[in-house]
Amino acid sequence: MANDVVDHARRRFLTATTAVVGGAGALAAAVPFIKSWEPSARAKNAGAPVLADISKVEPGQRLTVGWRGQPVWVINRTPALLATLPQLESRLKDPKSENADQQPKFAQNQNRSLKPEWLVVIGICTHLGCSPDFVPEIKPEPFDPDWKGGFFCPCHKSRYDIAGRVFQGVPAPANLPVPPYKFLSDKQILIGVNPEGAA
Amino acid sequence: MAKVFSAIGNWVTERAPNMMPTYRKHMSEYFAPKNFNLWYYFGSLAIVVLVNQILTGIFLTMFYKPGAATAFDSVEYIMRDVDWGWLIRYMHSTGASMFFVVVYLHMFRGLMYGSYKKPRELVWLLGMLIFLVLMAEGFMGYVLPWGNMSFWGAKVIISLFGAIPFIGDTLVQWIMGDFNPADATLNRFFALHVIALPLVLLLLVVLHIAALHEVGSNNPDGVEIKKNKDPVTHIPLDGIAFHPYYTVKDLFGVGFFLILCAFIIFFQPTLGGWFLEGDNFIPANNLVTPAEIKPVWYFTPFYAILRVIPDKLFGVLAMFASIAALFFVPWLDRGAVKSIRYRGTGFKIALLGFGVVFVLLGAIGAGKTTEWIPELFGPNADLTFIENLFGRTLTLLYFGFFVFLWVYTHFGFEKTKPVPERVTTHA
Repeated sequence: MANDVVDHARRRFLTATTAVVGGAGALAAAVPFIKSWEPSARAKNAGAPVLADISKVEPGQRLTVGWRGQPVWVINRTPALLATLPQLESRLKDPKSENADQQPKFAQNQNRSLKPEWLVVIGICTHLGCSPDFVPEIKPEPFDPDWKGGFFCPCHKSRYDIAGRVFQGVPAPANLPVPPYKFLSDKQILIGVNPEGAA
Repeated sequence: MAKVFSAIGNWVTERAPNMMPTYRKHMSEYFAPKNFNLWYYFGSLAIVVLVNQILTGIFLTMFYKPGAATAFDSVEYIMRDVDWGWLIRYMHSTGASMFFVVVYLHMFRGLMYGSYKKPRELVWLLGMLIFLVLMAEGFMGYVLPWGNMSFWGAKVIISLFGAIPFIGDTLVQWIMGDFNPADATLNRFFALHVIALPLVLLLLVVLHIAALHEVGSNNPDGVEIKKNKDPVTHIPLDGIAFHPYYTVKDLFGVGFFLILCAFIIFFQPTLGGWFLEGDNFIPANNLVTPAEIKPVWYFTPFYAILRVIPDKLFGVLAMFASIAALFFVPWLDRGAVKSIRYRGTGFKIALLGFGVVFVLLGAIGAGKTTEWIPELFGPNADLTFIENLFGRTLTLLYFGFFVFLWVYTHFGFEKTKPVPERVTTHA
């Protein structure tokens, strides 16, 4: 049944529909490859809570614990350090911790902690992920002549106060994140779980 | 014997009749301007380095073991236990830096002689894509030894994508395949570094050369040699065959270049921390950031722009924009005259200034200003303030070059000299 007349409209329609269906198929086939880059089940499991023994952390000292491959700092703050917190508010980007992504509800206070002296934060600069230095002495520093103690990131010079609140005029956009944690006793903290009753 | 060879030749020609014409088109009858100078070595040198990277890379993959637990040790194994492993690795690491040396000079040549201008815009765009892939290649290669600078460099560079609103954090986790750079990150970077990106790179290099051979090479005078052809042979009067003339010239350049590379490989493989950083000889530690994170020298100018801008999103955007701006040079520059030899004084000063600004930004990104400022202004100087002021001025000047280029040429401020009809030689 030879037919010499070419139906161009029909040909265009078939070409277009084939292209659309084929394109959809190609997109669907891309999904497994893209999804394969997500954190694997093993990586997710490694994010389990970790226990930190804080009984030997003296005032002014810091304990670093690994959680989800990130450094979590547990710092025993002295009363002198805590006294600096209200003085700094005018120099900070988010003094009231209003950015809800950066801490659980229970830490949305001036100390950014459950117990005033114990600061628990993820020690990763919110700029580009370096781990800032712990500079707890209240004395003039080369990067800030009016330093009240806190954290200084050597990578891009971001500064945080001793509650992990970020200063103005530095590249980091947000306060250091506070992970979920709870006190099991006066000597033990469980990092990765919220306290009972807290959101 | 000669009969056998010619028989084989004929056999092939019968089955692939286009092979010899292709060879002639790109080699023995590709007519390049006869006035090429020193600046025209860097294209062929880039090919030499590419071949070196592929060859040494293949051998390194025979001994390297990707994986957070094995990578660092396998690199040390290559350095200490594999016969000549140290040489192969240093050839690869020195080659990486030398790649950027020749590519930066090659790009500067293009800016100087207007090689990006019509009809060569496509050559420039393909070249810029090569530069992008090369940067990705260099970055991922630096992560593979899984030293402490590998780890934190990866962390910082991947975190750049976290600045993208809404999807940033998810995207970062997707790239890393974990909550931090980890085993998964290292393995996928290995795959990209040794197979995916090299394939793309090779394809782009072929296209770059093919696009160049369509329009023909520019030259230090910016004269189109195809406009003056011999009426009988149709060969450009100012052209000479690429092979054998420029293959021989380039071989001379390769010889000199390899002596230089050999000196670095044998006597200064880390080049005082510029080619390989001290912190990368320490295994990756996800809890301790090196005292000073800085990328390898070829990223430092762009990194400085990121560092001096006090806003995460804006800083990241400015850094990407500083690379993207180069893509648009063929359309920003409206001037008809190609070569710097016949362009206005304003262009000469601007291009020289652009080169100086690029190097100084590199010095900031490499942390050199942190050493210089206390020496110049005393130990009590406000380091952050001075460095930011200096860096932000340079950033403005960097982008200012592109604005100037457009204003200067679009509104007709440029006073050019007459361009000769034929290329000039100093015979």
